[in-house]
Amino acid sequence: MDLMVRNLRKSFGAVEVLRDIDFHIHAGEFVCFLGPSGCGKSTLLRCIAGLEEIDDGEIRLGGREIDHLPSAKRDISMVFQSYALYPHMTVAKNMSFGLRLNGMPRDEVDRRIAHAAQVLQIEPLLGRKPKALSGGQRQRVAIGRAIVREPSLFLLDEPLSNLDAALRVTMRAELAALHARLGTTMVYVTHDQVEAMTLSSRVVVLDKGSVSQFGPPMELFHRPANLFVAGFIGTPQMNFLPARLLRAHQDRVEVEVEGAPGALSVPLAAPVRLAPGAPLTLGVRPDALTLGLEAGPQVAAKVTLVERLGTESHVLLARPDGTRLTAITDAPRLPGPGATVTAGFAPEAVHLFDETGRALPRCVSPEIAALLDSAPSTAAMAAEKVTEEV
Amino acid sequence: MTVTTDTVVATSSRRRRRPVSHMVPWLFISPWIIGFVAFTLGPMLFSLYMSFFDWPIVGERTFIGLDNYVTMTTLDPQFWESLWITVKFALLFVPLNIAVGFLLALLLNAGLKGTGVLRTLFYLPSVISGVALVTIFSWLYSYRFGVLNYLLGFVGIDGPNWLGDPSWALVAIVFASLWGVGSTMLILLAGLQAIPRELYEAARISGVPAWARTLYITLPMLGPMLLFSIITSIISAFQQLTLALLLTEGGPLGSTYFFAMYIYDNAFKYFDMGYAAAMSWIMFGIVLLLSLAVMKSSSAWVHYEGEVRGKKGDKS
Repeated sequence: MDLMVRNLRKSFGAVEVLRDIDFHIHAGEFVCFLGPSGCGKSTLLRCIAGLEEIDDGEIRLGGREIDHLPSAKRDISMVFQSYALYPHMTVAKNMSFGLRLNGMPRDEVDRRIAHAAQVLQIEPLLGRKPKALSGGQRQRVAIGRAIVREPSLFLLDEPLSNLDAALRVTMRAELAALHARLGTTMVYVTHDQVEAMTLSSRVVVLDKGSVSQFGPPMELFHRPANLFVAGFIGTPQMNFLPARLLRAHQDRVEVEVEGAPGALSVPLAAPVRLAPGAPLTLGVRPDALTLGLEAGPQVAAKVTLVERLGTESHVLLARPDGTRLTAITDAPRLPGPGATVTAGFAPEAVHLFDETGRALPRCVSPEIAALLDSAPSTAAMAAEKVTEEV
Repeated sequence: MTVTTDTVVATSSRRRRRPVSHMVPWLFISPWIIGFVAFTLGPMLFSLYMSFFDWPIVGERTFIGLDNYVTMTTLDPQFWESLWITVKFALLFVPLNIAVGFLLALLLNAGLKGTGVLRTLFYLPSVISGVALVTIFSWLYSYRFGVLNYLLGFVGIDGPNWLGDPSWALVAIVFASLWGVGSTMLILLAGLQAIPRELYEAARISGVPAWARTLYITLPMLGPMLLFSIITSIISAFQQLTLALLLTEGGPLGSTYFFAMYIYDNAFKYFDMGYAAAMSWIMFGIVLLLSLAVMKSSSAWVHYEGEVRGKKGDKS
C-alpha cells in the first residue's frame, strides 16, 4: 500500500527533531531514509510505526489515516536494529508469539511460520533460541517475525548495521530479493549510502529534521538538489570551491572560480535569475577533477597523500587557503606528496549552488538524462514484475 | 612481540624473586582470611563439634554422639512445632516479598513523576535498624491505641488484636517483615531497567497486550534476579528472629515461636549450647536443601542471556 506523510512535525521537549516532512511512497516501493546520525531518520520511522506520537501532520497508509492508531492497528511490521528477539523464546515462538496472542488459529500460525521459514531458509533453526544463532541468522529471524504478520508496510531500522561487512553485502542482496518476492512496500532507515543507493527505488535524504531531497538514487547523484545532498551522496565526497557569477545567459552561466583565472562556461537546463557577481559554490566530483589539465580554468594545490587502490588512486590535495580536494585517477604515474599540481574540470561535469545552497538546474549529458528518466532501481523493477504476475 | 616480552618478564622475575615474595599476595588477602576463619568458618566448625556434646554453658561437657539430633527429632515436640511455624512464615513471606517487590519495581519503572523520591522512600525502611522497626510496629499494631486499628475504624472494621491474637500474630509479623522489601525491589528494578526497550516495542507492534508483555517478556527476562531474590528471601525467612523476639516474644500461645527463636532460647535461656548448635545445623541443612531445590528447578524457568544486547549506539 502507498504511504503518505504530510506536514509531519515532531519535537522532543523544546527540540524540534522533524519538521515539514512531506512525501508520498507508492505501493510496492522500496524507499530508504538516508541521513547522518541525528538527522531524525529513525525518529521518522518510529513515528510511522506508532512508537512515537507526532505533534502535527498526518500519516496515511493505503488512504487510511493511521497516525492516531496504536502500533498494532497500523498494519505494519518493524525490524529493529538490535533485532529485538525475545531471548527466552525459540525461533518459532518468537515468530508466533504476537500472532497467537491475537487469537490467530494454530494452523494458520503454523502455515505462516512454515512459509516465512522457507522463504528465509531458517527451517532448521526453528527450535533454537536466539543465543544459539549467528548475527545473520538472528537478522533473518527478525525479518521472519515481521513477515508472518503479512503487513501492508515493512519498516526496517538499520537492519544490517550490526552485521560484518561481508554478511551485509549478502543480506543486502537477499533483502532486495525478498522485496521483489513479497512486493510489499518497504521503508528502510540507513546511514549507509551504499545500502540506500543499491536497494531503493527512491531515497528520502534527511538533514537536520527535514527532507533535503526525495528521488531515485541516480537523481540524487547526478542532480543533487542542494549542497547537503551533493556532499552526502558519493564517496569520496564532492569537492567544493568558492566561485562567482560573471554573466548569466539563457542556457548557460559564466563563472569564475576563486584562485583559477579565466571564465568557465557552464551549461544549464533552465535559465537562472541571478545578478552578476553573485557568490556561488562550485562542486565537482573527485572523478571529474582532472590533474594537469591543459585547457580551462585550473586551481593550484599541493599533494598531501596518494592512496593507490589498485584500479584507481585517490589523490588528496590541499589548496593554499586550506581547502581540501580529492581527485580520482587511474593514471599509473602520479605526483608524490609535496608536489604542486593544477587541477581542472570540464564545464559539463560541474555542479553549481547559489548562496542558499540550492543547486542551479544542471544540464546532464543525454546518456545520463535517459538514465534518470527511465530509472527505477532493479529492486523496484523486480517488485513491479512480481506485482504484475500476481 | 608479546612472546618476547613475556619471556623477558619471566626471566627477570625468576632471577629477582626470593621465596619470601610468595607470601606477599597472601599478606594482602590475610585480613579477609583471618576475619573469615575467626568469625565465620571457625565458629561454624566449632558449632558442628559442639553439636555432638551435651554442652552446658558452665560445667562439664560430655560427648553424646548424635544424641542431640535424635532427641530433637524424636522426643521434642517443640522442635517440630517451631519448625512448622517457620515454614508457615516462609510460605507467606517469600511469595509476598517477591510479589510486593516486583509490583513496586514495576511502579518505579513506569517512568512516572517523582520516581527518584519514591525509590528512596521505598528503600529507606530497609536500612532502619530492627529495634526501631519493632518500636514502630508495636505502635502500629497496638490493639486499642494502634494506628492500624484506628485507620480500620474509619472504614467500619473492628481491627483484631494483631499481636495478642494467636490467629493474627504470625500474619502481623509477616507484614512487618515486608518492611524490608526495598532490597528485593531494588534488585528487580535493576533487572527491569536492563531489559531492552525494543522487546516491548516489538511486542507492541505485534499487538501483544500489556498484561502479556509483563507475563511473557518481563517475568522471564527477570529470571536470574527472581532466582536470587527467592533464595535470599528463603534464607531471611528462616533466620527470622528479631521481630518475633521483640514484638511478640514468641507468643501469643507460641504462635510466633520461630525455629530461630527456639535455638536462641536453647542457647541463652536454657544454656544448652550443644542442643542449640545441633538445631542450627538442622536449619543450615534445610536452607541448603531448599536453595539447592530452587536452583535445580531454575533451569526450567530462568533464562540466562548469553547474547550481546542490542548496541545502544548513536541513532538519529
